[in-house]
Amino acid sequence: MMIKAENINKSFGKLHVLKNINLEVQKGEVISIIGPSGSGKSTLLRCLNYLEKIDSGRIEIEGEPIAAMDQQGQKIHIPENQIRRICRKLGMVFQSFNLFPHKTVLENIIEAPIVVKKMPKEEAVALAEELLGKVGLADKRDAYPSQISGGQKQRVAIARALAMKPDIMLFDEPTSALDPELVGEVLSVIKALAKENMTMLIVTHEMAFAREVSDRVVFMDSGEIIEEATPEKIFKNPEHPRIRAFLDKML
Amino acid sequence: MSYTLNVTGFLLKGCIITLQLYAVTIVFSIPLGIICALAKISRYKFLKAFLEFYTWLFRGTPLLLQLFFTYYGLPVFGIRLTQEQAAAITFVLNYAAYFTEIFRAGIQSIDKGQYEAAKALGMNYRQTMWRIILPQAVKRVLPPTGNEAITLIKDTALVATIGMGDMLRAAKEVVTRDFKISAFIIAAVIYLLLTTVVVYVFKKLEEKYSVYD
Ligand SMILES: Nc1ncnc2c1ncn2[C@@H]1O[C@H](COP(=O)(O)OP(=O)(O)O)[C@@H](O)[C@H]1O
Ligand SMILES: [Mg+2]
Repeated sequence: MMIKAENINKSFGKLHVLKNINLEVQKGEVISIIGPSGSGKSTLLRCLNYLEKIDSGRIEIEGEPIAAMDQQGQKIHIPENQIRRICRKLGMVFQSFNLFPHKTVLENIIEAPIVVKKMPKEEAVALAEELLGKVGLADKRDAYPSQISGGQKQRVAIARALAMKPDIMLFDEPTSALDPELVGEVLSVIKALAKENMTMLIVTHEMAFAREVSDRVVFMDSGEIIEEATPEKIFKNPEHPRIRAFLDKML
Repeated sequence: MSYTLNVTGFLLKGCIITLQLYAVTIVFSIPLGIICALAKISRYKFLKAFLEFYTWLFRGTPLLLQLFFTYYGLPVFGIRLTQEQAAAITFVLNYAAYFTEIFRAGIQSIDKGQYEAAKALGMNYRQTMWRIILPQAVKRVLPPTGNEAITLIKDTALVATIGMGDMLRAAKEVVTRDFKISAFIIAAVIYLLLTTVVVYVFKKLEEKYSVYD
């Protein structure tokens, strides 16, 4: 089991954003999370890698808890550095890329391996070059993020996350900030990862892509998982009328 | 001509005091400003409140008053400082207060996504600050920092009021002695040259940092 989330709840002030969410992710699974905007998809991903702290519930990454409660429902304290170590198994790709603008493409990728993993620089550079080749950007090695297109930025962001050798990749609407003609190049990188059996959780509005790449699709609405099924089931014959309404709007 | 050279030589001696004070102020107030800015965005409430008071006090009162207080006021409390010490301490504390606010604003102007990306890559707070946030903040604070660096050149002239023989005081002495205003003009030219150097340095720094946008 790669990820196990049990009864997680998260509120922002009075707004209850995640309501008793349960989610299990197996090794090698590709899961798409779809649903209307504001339904809590990003918050769910962000809770899984501790960018947000949940209010109650339990989250385990490869069997190790990053959030847990005792029998009385009190939160158990887990040291920050332990959480940081566990969360290194997760890589994240953001809608807005969040590349480091003051570093070149190569420097963006080698930064964390060198600083966090204390990897020797030559090794990190070799790894970065290999990953840049993989996302098709070997020639952009010395460019700054401001000098490349959105699609290229997102591919660099994927390479940057992969450089930490994560077991699980989280994608939060990786193509939503892109011009339509640049969406394909990013999706094909993600598809290639799926072929390599990377475990992935992908929040997306690209329905054809979700259908093609996922083993399972999770539909969220108003902070709840309404349905969780194979892509065939969700897209052809969803149980819930809200899903049908959503899909009609999207297609 | 030889009169001009004489006066220039005399003023340049005063200029050494100006430059010493300038160097001491820059060397100490910038790091102090960085530390205070980081402390001000930290979660230590007491420290934040104290720094809030500090910047309020030093930015809210005249530098000249602060200088008088350190030099003429502190002896009342039994603290006697030389002119140089009083000037250095006052200038460092005053400029650090401005730098604190400039750097704090610079740090806080960096997008939240940068912290999140760093965190998602496993970096801790210190690594994130030193390697990701501060280098970007430096670029943003260069223009206001340059302004302060120019103002400081002219502010150093205030030390003449506590009897230090800086360039302005030297010029005033010459003018009073010779009944000729050329010393003022020469002093103005030297101040302008110093300012030009600072402007040039900051222009180069801004060019260096402009590679990435
Ligand atoms: N940091 C935050 N503070 C307050 N409200 C937030 C915050 N992040 C998200 N929200 C709110 O939580 C709800 C769910 O947001 P989000 O998880 O981003 O939804 P989605 O990704 O499905 O569009 C929205 O109503 C959003 O406004
Ligand atoms: Mg979202």
